Amino acid sequence: MKILVAVKRVIDYNVQIRVKEDGTGIVTENVKMSTNPPDDNAIEEAVKIKETGKATEVVAITIGEEKAQETVRKALAVGADRGIHVKAEGIVEPLVVAKILQKIVDKEKPDLVFMGKQAIDDDCNQTGQMLAALLNWPQATFASKIGIKDKVLEVVREVDEGLETIEVVIPAIVTCDLRLNEPRYASLPNIMKAKKKPIEQLNASDLGVDTKSRIEQIKVEEPPKRKSGIKVANVAELVQKLKNEAKVI
Amino acid sequence: MSVLLIAEHNNKELRPFTFNAVTAASKIDSDLHVLVAGHNCADVAKAVSEISLVKKVLQVEAEHYENFLPENFATLVVKVSKNYSHIISSANTFGKNLMPRVSALLNISQVSDIIKVISPDTFVRPIYAGNAFATVKSTDEKKCITIRPTSFDAAPTSGGSATIEKIDGTEASNISKFIKREEVKSDRPELGTARIVISGGRGMQSGDNFKLITAIADKLKAAIGASRAAVDAGYITNDHQVGQTGKVVVPDLYIAVGISGAIQHLAGMKESKVIVAINKDGEAPIFSVADYGLEADLFEALPQFLEELNKLNTIQK
Ligand SMILES: Cc1cc2nc3c(=O)[nH]c(=O)nc-3n(C[C@H](O)[C@H](O)[C@H](O)COP(=O)(O)OP(=O)(O)OC[C@H]3O[C@@H](n4cnc5c(N)ncnc54)[C@H](O)[C@@H]3O)c2cc1C
Ligand SMILES: Nc1ncnc2c1ncn2[C@@H]1O[C@H](COP(=O)(O)O)[C@@H](O)[C@H]1O
Repeated sequence: MKILVAVKRVIDYNVQIRVKEDGTGIVTENVKMSTNPPDDNAIEEAVKIKETGKATEVVAITIGEEKAQETVRKALAVGADRGIHVKAEGIVEPLVVAKILQKIVDKEKPDLVFMGKQAIDDDCNQTGQMLAALLNWPQATFASKIGIKDKVLEVVREVDEGLETIEVVIPAIVTCDLRLNEPRYASLPNIMKAKKKPIEQLNASDLGVDTKSRIEQIKVEEPPKRKSGIKVANVAELVQKLKNEAKVI
Repeated sequence: MSVLLIAEHNNKELRPFTFNAVTAASKIDSDLHVLVAGHNCADVAKAVSEISLVKKVLQVEAEHYENFLPENFATLVVKVSKNYSHIISSANTFGKNLMPRVSALLNISQVSDIIKVISPDTFVRPIYAGNAFATVKSTDEKKCITIRPTSFDAAPTSGGSATIEKIDGTEASNISKFIKREEVKSDRPELGTARIVISGGRGMQSGDNFKLITAIADKLKAAIGASRAAVDAGYITNDHQVGQTGKVVVPDLYIAVGISGAIQHLAGMKESKVIVAINKDGEAPIFSVADYGLEADLFEALPQFLEELNKLNTIQK
């Protein structure tokens, strides 16, 4: 079995982002970048499945500018076998990412595609579901537990009401929640070894996918700021303020 | 052209956020139709027909719609979508699971999680965990949109009498199967719609200690929330998680206890009207969004809080 894992390079989740003054976007110069957090869970799960002998190959793929390769390199350092980097500039919309991934799936013929449930930059939560639609594959989204049973996958999903268990027929798409597993750190020797693993580079345009955005970003602004509050001295004062000043209890 | 909203329900009742989605959808176009697909869901169709902003209800019944599997649902929505300019659902786990599948089948670039309708093609949506608001314009002819329910008021539940049209469904796909749902039932208000929410974080130290929070929630008729760290540690189930990857809440009062205030948590609660933070670390970032901050040990503060609340003999609803 072969598993393809989609990893996106995003601003590190610890960074307090800044909106550009001209309203055209977010400041990315000299900002720490990392793998989108749930994509680390996606890689970890694929590598774990390979370690149990149920998968033979884990391929990591990213779509983005030249430096997005670092994200693939990191996936190789934690156990992916090889990488694919599809070069594309600027914002690549989920639908475009899904169409590119569809082309790669046609070529690579994986049995499973693992992805994150949501990219923490655009917060779209779309790409996995879209890829599933394009391929006419089943989708197991927001996965916090995965079990492989022969030709089906049993997946526990995190939903608003609690947890849901479904079965999907392989080939299938899984989008991962952070609670799926505990991603490992890359050891120094493995980082060195990863440097020798192959990364194939392609251009989005070579794949015959139209990368033009259908959604125009008109402006990006800072959200309204909350006016600063006060510290209360003790619980009695807190309750008094909530009752008489804020009038919420 | 008309707009189509996909109702979220459990075959018996509408999920409350459908009312907020009705408000959002009717801001795009007043000719609002609602799709109710499920199994034995006539009561739901009836309830939708009574919402005054709804002009027509499309009801589809089949066993394979019972558990809302997107493989079955998306083809149905695509089939129904022909006559509509916009396909809309709530940006909760139901809509997040379904809508992108519909969008891709229709070759549409979806606009997720809108908080404001500027015009039928232009919307505002939060990005980067709500640390920026993007105004975006969809250039697709037809639009697929998910709305953030807490950013729109709930529509009045009565006063309407829309026609209910029964329509045919699509075939079942056999590539996915529903096995079970583990729903945590409680008599408390729902987290998403509660007037007061009290949430605990890693500072609670154990699931057992959440009883300090439960006691106050009972007193205030509040819903209980949690940080991701508290859920990860197993103190409380995942349906309580507030934040970027959990639920968004906008109550009148949000009380954060033993929560540091990471941006991913703030993403889910910083629009609350009044925020209280109880934390022993005076430097915790949660204080930067708190209207009332109490720097204290929660194990002392919470019992005192309950005691003070008990002293107030009139607690208004
Ligand atoms: C992609 C991504 C998505 C995420 N999504 C979410 C999300 O949706 N929701 C979410 O909440 N988090 C989310 N997180 C996690 C987030 O980054 C934080 O790790 C998490 O919110 C921290 O939870 P916490 O505040 O409970 O724990 P901590 O940060 O450990 O804070 C505990 C706080 O309790 C205080 N405390 C300890 N003991 C006491 C005491 N006795 N009395 C008073 N105060 C005390 C401490 O001073 C501290 O401030 C996400 C992270 C990532 C990477
Ligand atoms: N440019 C990209 N390259 C690789 N994977 C991506 C890219 N964009 C999105 N993905 C995958 O799709 C998931 C969901 O992204 P989104 O739909 O943007 O929230 C991410 O967690 C990734 O696994």
